[in-house]
Amino acid sequence: MEIGPYLLLATLEGAVMASVLALTAVGLSLVFGVMRVVNIAHGEFFMLGAILAWYVTQMIGGPPAIGFAVALVAAPLIVGAIAVAADMTILKRLDYDPERTIVATIGLLYIIQQLTLMGYGPEARPVAPPFNTRLALPWFEVKEGALALYWPWGLSTTSYKLAVIGAGVAVLLGVWAMMARTRIGLVMRAVQADRDMALAFGIPVERVYAMVFGIGAALAALAAVLIVPISQAHYLMGADPLLLAFTVVIIGGLGSLPGTVFAAILIGLSDGIISVFFSPTLAKILATLLVALVLVFRPQGLFGARRA
Amino acid sequence: MSGAARITLLHGGLIAALLALHFVLPVYHHGNMARIMVLASYAVGYNIVFGYTGLLSLGHALFFAAGMYGMGLAVQHLGMGPGAALAIGVAAGALIAGALGLLALRTTGVAFMIVTLMFAQAGYLAILYFGDWTRGDEGFVIARASRVLWGIDLSDPGNRYLAAWALFSAALLASLWLVRAPFGRSLIAIRENEARTVMLGYDTFRLKWAAMVVSGTISGAAGAAYALLFGYAGASFAAVEYSILPLLWVLLGGAGTVLGPFVGTLFMFYLIDLSSGITTAYMLIAGVVLVLLTLFAPQGLMGELRRRFWGWLP
Amino acid sequence: MSLLNVRGLTKLYDGVRAVAEVSLDIPQGEVRALIGPNGAGKTTLVGMIAGRITPDAGQVVLAGQDITRLPAHRRTRLGMAYTFQITSVFARLPVAENVALAARPHMPRADVPGAVQAALARVGLTDPSARAGDLSYGHQRLLEIAMGIVQAPRLLILDEPTQGLSEGEIDGFKALVCDLAAQTTILLIEHNMDVVMALADRVTVLNAGEVLMTGTPAEVRADPGVQSAYLGAP
Repeated sequence: MEIGPYLLLATLEGAVMASVLALTAVGLSLVFGVMRVVNIAHGEFFMLGAILAWYVTQMIGGPPAIGFAVALVAAPLIVGAIAVAADMTILKRLDYDPERTIVATIGLLYIIQQLTLMGYGPEARPVAPPFNTRLALPWFEVKEGALALYWPWGLSTTSYKLAVIGAGVAVLLGVWAMMARTRIGLVMRAVQADRDMALAFGIPVERVYAMVFGIGAALAALAAVLIVPISQAHYLMGADPLLLAFTVVIIGGLGSLPGTVFAAILIGLSDGIISVFFSPTLAKILATLLVALVLVFRPQGLFGARRA
Repeated sequence: MSGAARITLLHGGLIAALLALHFVLPVYHHGNMARIMVLASYAVGYNIVFGYTGLLSLGHALFFAAGMYGMGLAVQHLGMGPGAALAIGVAAGALIAGALGLLALRTTGVAFMIVTLMFAQAGYLAILYFGDWTRGDEGFVIARASRVLWGIDLSDPGNRYLAAWALFSAALLASLWLVRAPFGRSLIAIRENEARTVMLGYDTFRLKWAAMVVSGTISGAAGAAYALLFGYAGASFAAVEYSILPLLWVLLGGAGTVLGPFVGTLFMFYLIDLSSGITTAYMLIAGVVLVLLTLFAPQGLMGELRRRFWGWLP
Repeated sequence: MSLLNVRGLTKLYDGVRAVAEVSLDIPQGEVRALIGPNGAGKTTLVGMIAGRITPDAGQVVLAGQDITRLPAHRRTRLGMAYTFQITSVFARLPVAENVALAARPHMPRADVPGAVQAALARVGLTDPSARAGDLSYGHQRLLEIAMGIVQAPRLLILDEPTQGLSEGEIDGFKALVCDLAAQTTILLIEHNMDVVMALADRVTVLNAGEVLMTGTPAEVRADPGVQSAYLGAP
């Protein structure tokens, strides 16, 4: 294949990645932005979403589309409920102390991951996509001075992948509308801006926190349900999304939703293209070092609000 | 009895008891205890930074692995003897801790945690990436011939136990001496109130950096000793779990107590050992204990003991 | 000879001048009070002198040495002791250890226990093994001062030392400072005018980030400008 069609293909794959990554990272960013805590177990909520999608589709059977549609609703709801329970039983009792919360969410990470290993087992299992039409894509060439379209061999995508991109965009718009246009969003922004003031105005801050933690986890689970027909469900699949979501959130500026989405697109797209040239391990090394160095040398944009 | 006498008696007593156990423990527990003492030495190193200086590092596996691979690679690829390789391992721990400290200590609180976590993750991935040298996840075995130090065969269980005992005793006594010396006292002051410590004339950056180096040296020594005594180096010892485990051990035993790291390692080791009959998902126990500790006993076992009965405990 | 020279010290916050070209001259051995209404810039000025805040312009000179660029801990080692406005002793450590921590950077190790004992005796704290956090508020303030004097500083900065103290404790504090004034130069940031009038050799009045006047307590009390800016207001 020539470079042009190849790049188109990498861009499309990257867009799928970016869309899923944006959802995961927005969940993490929302939790940090409003609650000022870092949730290390975020990747496990992602993993739970994928595992639950597998369970739901198995249970329902029938045509893949029905099971998948149910999973799309049920998995984020269940994961959100688990997160709310974790918030109320653990995080609330720690008074959202930033350091102790990190330690507790590390514990939570292992609890969720290992319980999944015990219940679901170590296998990676596929989930059938609801629809999966192969779409060949055209490319152009200049033939005798005129532009002509042709269909290079191997340049194709699937209707499902395009749907994932579309779904990602739609959910992000939904989150934006919730934050900007609804009362719930207003309350969240009030808590984010000044917790004590919000308390003084009678906003039930603890309930807002529980809800935000739930929404953050549900977004990760939703992202996982979307991606699981393309990859597979496995109990260790939470680690990479956690790392990538961290990278995105820290580069995009913590708590900033537009920055997070922008960084997700940047990293999602470049990941597809970079992995053409580098090994995935090297790409991950560069990503982790980037996160660390950004935090060391440009902390003001990230944890700025916490520093006196 | 004066405070100093009680402290000497208690810590000296533990060291003596561990030596006595060498002669009475059944084979299975004898082997376990050797491993526990090496891991507890690692926890002692971690405690310097976390327990006494108040810096919550999530990246100590980097120093443990630096010791382990510093030692292992020197034997494997440079053909060094175990003595020189051991020294290289310890130096690698110190060096990497020094370098990481210079960067990570520019941050505080949550950012410090994330930065240490990320650098350690990069180190782990680097071990995988250079698989030709490190043999990645699979790791490599260090030949028995390379584990004879000064004529002592450290693959022999008896010698191994005594070597682990010597390492742990050295780490424990070093940590005991350190936290009662002016340097250790100033670290405690930083933990309690860094802004105040600065205004008393302490260069807190340098002190924190020195604490990182000391901690990295002890952690590196533990990692190098692990490779030497158990004859294996593998990437799993560099993974994030091995940064979380010392945190868990120290939290359980009591952060900022000299004996806490040992007590926590001992309890956790046997907790996992006993539960292995029920499940192979042993990190579940670690997760549950971690959550319960943060919720109900942030002081840990020795910390509670100090709070309730033994106020003099260092 | 003046011990502390402050020349044209300026600090802007978001373009607003919190401290504007303040100059001060404190001679050796003087007790200088710094007064001014809330928001006059006292805390910012003292923060810049002690090295907690970086100035945007100006110079701080201690005993002829320009210390403007020195970090706070180096200034402390040059003999500038600072007691915090809000008591910030090491609450979980024993009283004696608090003072010992203050002493160690300034003397050989062997001298520390003696110096600690002397400093505690001087402020009248009797239980060196008590946890600092268990002390009464007034005693915690005394501990702060003990941590200052054990450093045998050339310049002792006392930031609102009588805030929250009872009448009786304030009298004791006055006696202590009179006693200290014989050995060291003192910069006293204080709200309580009785204390200022009783202790200060001279008073500098700060208003809206600028020096309004410097004079003896009597001159300051008589100045109509000061009265309208400060003394007249509650």
